[in-house]
Amino acid sequence: MASYNLLVNGKRQSVESWDPAQPLLYLLRNELKLHGAKFGCGLGQCGSCTVLIDDSPARACQVTVSAAVGRRITTIEGLGSPEKPHLVQAAFIAEQAAQCGYCTNGMVMSAVALLRGTPRPSIDQSKAALDGNLCRCGSHDRVLRAVQRAAGTPVEKS
Amino acid sequence: MNTPRLSRREFLQGSALVVGFSFAGIPAARAQAFMGASTHTLDLGELDAFLAVRKDGSVVVYSGKVDLGTGHRIAMRQMVAEELSLSAADVYRIELIEGDTALTPDQGATAGSTGVMRGGVQLRQAAATAREALLALGAAKLQRPANELTLEEGMVGAAGGPKVSIAELAGDRPFNVKLNPKAPLKDPKRYSIVGRSMPRPDIPAKATGRHVYVHDFTLPGMLHGRVVRPAAVGASLLAVDAASVKHIPGAEVVVVGNFLGVVADNEWAAVRAARELKARWSEGKGLVGHENLAAWARRGPFARDEVIQNKGSTAALADGNPRTQRATYAWPVQSHGSIGPSCAVADVRADRATIWTASQATHRYQPALARVVGLPRDKLRMIYLDGAGCYGMNGHDDASADAALLSKATGRPVRVQWTRADELGWDPKGPPQLLEMRAALDEGNRIAAWEADMWVPLATANLAHVPLLGPADAGIAQPAGQSVGLVSQNADPSTPVANLKVTAHWLADAPLRPSNIRAPGKVANCFAVESMIDQLAAAAKMDPLAFRLRDVTDPRGMEVLKRCAALIGWTPRPSPAATARNAGGKARGRGIAYIHYKHNETYVAVAMDVEVDRASGAIQVLQIACAHDCGLMINPDAVRNQVEGNILQTLSRALHERTTFDTQRVTSVDWASYPILRFSDVPALRIELIQRVDQPPLGAGEAASAPVPAALANAIFDATGARLLEVPFVPALVLAGMKAAPLAAG
Repeated sequence: MASYNLLVNGKRQSVESWDPAQPLLYLLRNELKLHGAKFGCGLGQCGSCTVLIDDSPARACQVTVSAAVGRRITTIEGLGSPEKPHLVQAAFIAEQAAQCGYCTNGMVMSAVALLRGTPRPSIDQSKAALDGNLCRCGSHDRVLRAVQRAAGTPVEKS
Repeated sequence: MNTPRLSRREFLQGSALVVGFSFAGIPAARAQAFMGASTHTLDLGELDAFLAVRKDGSVVVYSGKVDLGTGHRIAMRQMVAEELSLSAADVYRIELIEGDTALTPDQGATAGSTGVMRGGVQLRQAAATAREALLALGAAKLQRPANELTLEEGMVGAAGGPKVSIAELAGDRPFNVKLNPKAPLKDPKRYSIVGRSMPRPDIPAKATGRHVYVHDFTLPGMLHGRVVRPAAVGASLLAVDAASVKHIPGAEVVVVGNFLGVVADNEWAAVRAARELKARWSEGKGLVGHENLAAWARRGPFARDEVIQNKGSTAALADGNPRTQRATYAWPVQSHGSIGPSCAVADVRADRATIWTASQATHRYQPALARVVGLPRDKLRMIYLDGAGCYGMNGHDDASADAALLSKATGRPVRVQWTRADELGWDPKGPPQLLEMRAALDEGNRIAAWEADMWVPLATANLAHVPLLGPADAGIAQPAGQSVGLVSQNADPSTPVANLKVTAHWLADAPLRPSNIRAPGKVANCFAVESMIDQLAAAAKMDPLAFRLRDVTDPRGMEVLKRCAALIGWTPRPSPAATARNAGGKARGRGIAYIHYKHNETYVAVAMDVEVDRASGAIQVLQIACAHDCGLMINPDAVRNQVEGNILQTLSRALHERTTFDTQRVTSVDWASYPILRFSDVPALRIELIQRVDQPPLGAGEAASAPVPAALANAIFDATGARLLEVPFVPALVLAGMKAAPLAAG
């Protein structure tokens, strides 16, 4: 069993893993009790497990623990809380941009990453940035509205 | 009392250990609800089964229906709060307990878009009964006649007179009152809570990663389990090489008959053990294969034929009538496609067991799971926790059984989560449907006669529950039969037809284990019916909207059609568009479809603008408009969220989705082989919801799904002249359709 030093949400954390190839997702969820990132496919196809690594969106099911060492990892819990949500989280709440909410983690994290690089994205830019995040409930329109709202360019409801 | 059932206090005590270490907000909050409560009832005829007042004046609601991500959690609270005249702020103080076999009454499965329409209405009646009871208690306390008293914001009293709080009257005490089905309801004109788009209470936690799903629930000493499903459907386990996972720390193999699983303390160890375990399986039972579905549906074996509707005479459809249109429509097998694979946690002890589950029907599955754990029904408690959206029965109940089998075998609490391939491969599937429509116009271009034949798996009468995978493999007898939902509704037009015959050819079997999937049967039925209406309008050279408006007699149906047309800016003209004959480039068109759901529920019209790339056959939907009338809307924004979801999910099903399978197994087992809608597919949505405070609330969870595929097919026909008869509308199908269309270029 080897130890790995991770930097998660600004905090140094030591985690044990019997397998250097263990995906970061399992360590976040089971060792650090950060349940915001969700297992959806384990294939990097759906985006439910998205976290930020050095500010870029990454699929935590595809990043091994050994590859995560020395990188800056941000999970959805590191952005804000129900009492004090991050701007993007507040926009999701204002737009009621979820149904079951299982994909919401990935939507929020991908939106945060988008807005860091593109503070005022067009709808098409938002769609492109979120295209790798799957939602089954059909909350897409609200997610796009939430991104626009977070960017300071809210759309009227039609 | 000989009913074998534990009191809520006993359960509270039994779960006291759980309270200590579980997530804040779930069992802890539940525990508070029963402080002081003793022998609560689950009897649907008793007020106490549904509602209690706490010592602090807050209200506890016990709901057998659960929130599957659909917004029930706010709607149910609003319905109760309105009848009790609580303040808006107190709506969020209501504790809502959902789907717990020990605590909530059995209001039936959360299915069929009946959550608010049936479950909510029941809770509303309970609240009205509670209001009466509180007024009676207040009358005794204040020594004034009850009819001089009112209940407002938690206080009972007369204007200007003394008041007493509901906490003092009923706090932590049972009402001991029968549910009064005639307790007067508040006049809708006085509504101040119902009809408001109050924010859902679950979204802040969902947007910040704090919401506790069943996937996030843990117990001390809990093992992680994975099931190794058979290599083929119906295969038997021949041999297992347990040594093949010896290199994985803590991995243990569990074999019960043909049920094969692994457990480990560490989740990743369980994942790897399941992947790396070597096992030999027999050949499967032999599947039809997705490419042979149409032939299979025509061939049977059939359970029986049933004439579902028969009125007037359909003689006008006699062979040779040139005014007859006929077509055959095919709907594929589809997966529920939940984003989170099914998950459950089971803690099976020698004398009792608990299962935390995302089941839509904890009460229904309680006896089935009790057999799995080998305990009497009353010794098994099933507690609902949110899963990923399921839209019908996905793998959640199977996962409960898997966790129960592994916990029973190991004597430890076990969490089981399915893989992506498990979910798409093994969730019970939406069944295939084949429909043949024949309809004739009279000289005045009215519908003279209509016949529909459908080939669809029969729902077994009185089936106790969908047979579960793990127990079947473990040799625990499962009910013989299949469940598909009410699949034969809306196979006839939503507008009156004088001469009509609808026949179901009920298939005795299904190609893959079926279950209900959102708007069961009615999505395919409406696809066929509303495509045929469009074909008739085209044959009559009439505008498709005008054709429908001419025949619709119900004013609410008329209104959704007109509003929908206005939303999309409908220009009256026959289909296909004049530009459909053009060659190359992009073809544009619009289509519309309408349904009166189940002929007695929600009214929906959907229209859309599409663009088809003539070279590639790719479809881009530009805009979708929907007008929707589900009677009284408790929470319009929550309804809108459901309508958006219905539209986009069904757009996904129509554009992309088909479960593929060979003779052995499902082959569409990831998001590459079973693609669903992406953001780049998402059109602009224009939605108009009609609020009818004087009407009963109807379902919003399904109805808007049904017209989507037909509106899309009709728009593609308008754009290109290609009539698509088979889902999904993949580019190759569109190209073939354009080639076959009489209006094809050249």
